[in-house]
Amino acid sequence: MENKGLNKVDLIFEKIDAKSTLEKAFAMTNDQIIQQVLESGLKGRGGAGFPTGLKWKYTAAEKDPDKYIVCNADEGEPGTFKDREILDKAAYKVYGGMAIAGKAMGARKGYIYLRGEYSFLLPQLYMELYKFHKLISDIGYDFNIEYRMGSGAYICGEESALFESIEGFRGEPRNKPPYPTTSGLFAKPTSINNVETLVTAMMIIEKGADHYVKLGTKDSRGSKVFSISGDTPIPGIFELELGMTVQEFVNAFGDGDTKAVQVGGASGFCVPRKKFAETIIGFEGVPTGGSMKLFNSSRSMYNVLHNYLDFFAEESCGQCTPCRVGCQQLLKGVEMVKKGDAKSAYLTELVKLADTMKIASKCGLGQSVGNAFKSIVENFREEVIY
Amino acid sequence: MYHTGNLVKDLAEKHGRKRESLMPILQDIVRKYNYLTDEAMVEVATELDISAAEVYGTASFYTFLDTVPRGKNVIRVCKTITCSMKGKIDIINAIEDTLRIKVGETTPDRMFTLLETNCIGWCHKAPAILINDMPYTDLTPESVVDIIKDYMRR
Repeated sequence: MENKGLNKVDLIFEKIDAKSTLEKAFAMTNDQIIQQVLESGLKGRGGAGFPTGLKWKYTAAEKDPDKYIVCNADEGEPGTFKDREILDKAAYKVYGGMAIAGKAMGARKGYIYLRGEYSFLLPQLYMELYKFHKLISDIGYDFNIEYRMGSGAYICGEESALFESIEGFRGEPRNKPPYPTTSGLFAKPTSINNVETLVTAMMIIEKGADHYVKLGTKDSRGSKVFSISGDTPIPGIFELELGMTVQEFVNAFGDGDTKAVQVGGASGFCVPRKKFAETIIGFEGVPTGGSMKLFNSSRSMYNVLHNYLDFFAEESCGQCTPCRVGCQQLLKGVEMVKKGDAKSAYLTELVKLADTMKIASKCGLGQSVGNAFKSIVENFREEVIY
Repeated sequence: MYHTGNLVKDLAEKHGRKRESLMPILQDIVRKYNYLTDEAMVEVATELDISAAEVYGTASFYTFLDTVPRGKNVIRVCKTITCSMKGKIDIINAIEDTLRIKVGETTPDRMFTLLETNCIGWCHKAPAILINDMPYTDLTPESVVDIIKDYMRR
């Protein structure tokens, strides 16, 4: 197990000359750009961790003259707020990353789907966008970005639900395949990338893949912007190299009494104290889109679990039965066990239900409810029952 | 109730009359009037040449596209875990006492609606609320009352 320790990095917010990076990218062939991103080992920063270079490669391989690059800024995972900070401080790099992705794949049009909760940022984002469009036309390149707003639906962070929403429909996920790279927005080949992924891709072009691979581990290359909250004396946004253990993270950010860390938000995993030392934060251990919530011993893990299940029961789009009914039954189930209306063995039945949801749900929402549910129930069974 | 006048027509001119224009049009109506009336949704349906059921079906999916009357200022208190741990309940109590309404209600003068919402992305500055589009963070029961009183004076 590779362990890099805790190291601060400044890549995402580092000031760069966008013009020179873009000119560098536009002087490269499309294959060269994609090759750089592939070699960097960059995986999607929204949480799912699909290799970015492959996504671009598949989209580039499509013959359709109309393609789209979509930036997923529907940051709704509880405990995640880094994309807002990136857009606030470095929107020009998000736009730059989209232009580079667009060039590599042959897409002339980009959309940014921004969650409605971040509407207040729009005036400054439009001002930056105006400057960016001017810069792009000065360079003599044709690429255009538009904003589309969300309206308070967590599920629209799921890629195909996001497309449905941009197209003017209910944000209900589609069946896959076809994947977005062949049939995405408006049924055209689409690469959809997280805000941070696009900025990272631009920095890989700026610094070179060989520089980037020095950061992180074999399975989790590079650095990551973490959103840190809960029982910590220093909540906030920190960019850290991947490959640290939860223990090292807690040593730096805990309040001395940390009993659990929820890694990856409500759809992520709960790591209890006894597993801090052996768990790596990254794709080889617990993956995260950046959400890190610390809980100290004054917190009831039942309340945490209940809060998450309440969240999922509300945010499930209701389209498929395993997720719609499953979320409600998990919530009802833990309430019954807590009140004593069901025996504690009933929790085992609920774990089976969570497993079924993982297999049978249509999209990532229903498939990942079991992550938090199982890791909390298995590690804090007493707190859930008594 | 409100009368949209030429608003829906103007918005259709601005955003277009395709299906993908639907969300931006509905969002702009809500920005101005805070919720969608049946009449407004029928007007949008007519402009885009789709059924009113399609418009309502889409609007009703989205939490922020309200189809029931809302006040001029919509207060949404984050109820997700960190805000909940950091005193959400005290914030709600303070707002309820100030406005004399409960969560889910609108003041009789139609100035404020109080709602709860899921994570709004300010966990590091919890507890947090949105008033219309504006976030307010690191709240205490005292500071939130000051903010509400400020909106009362507007």
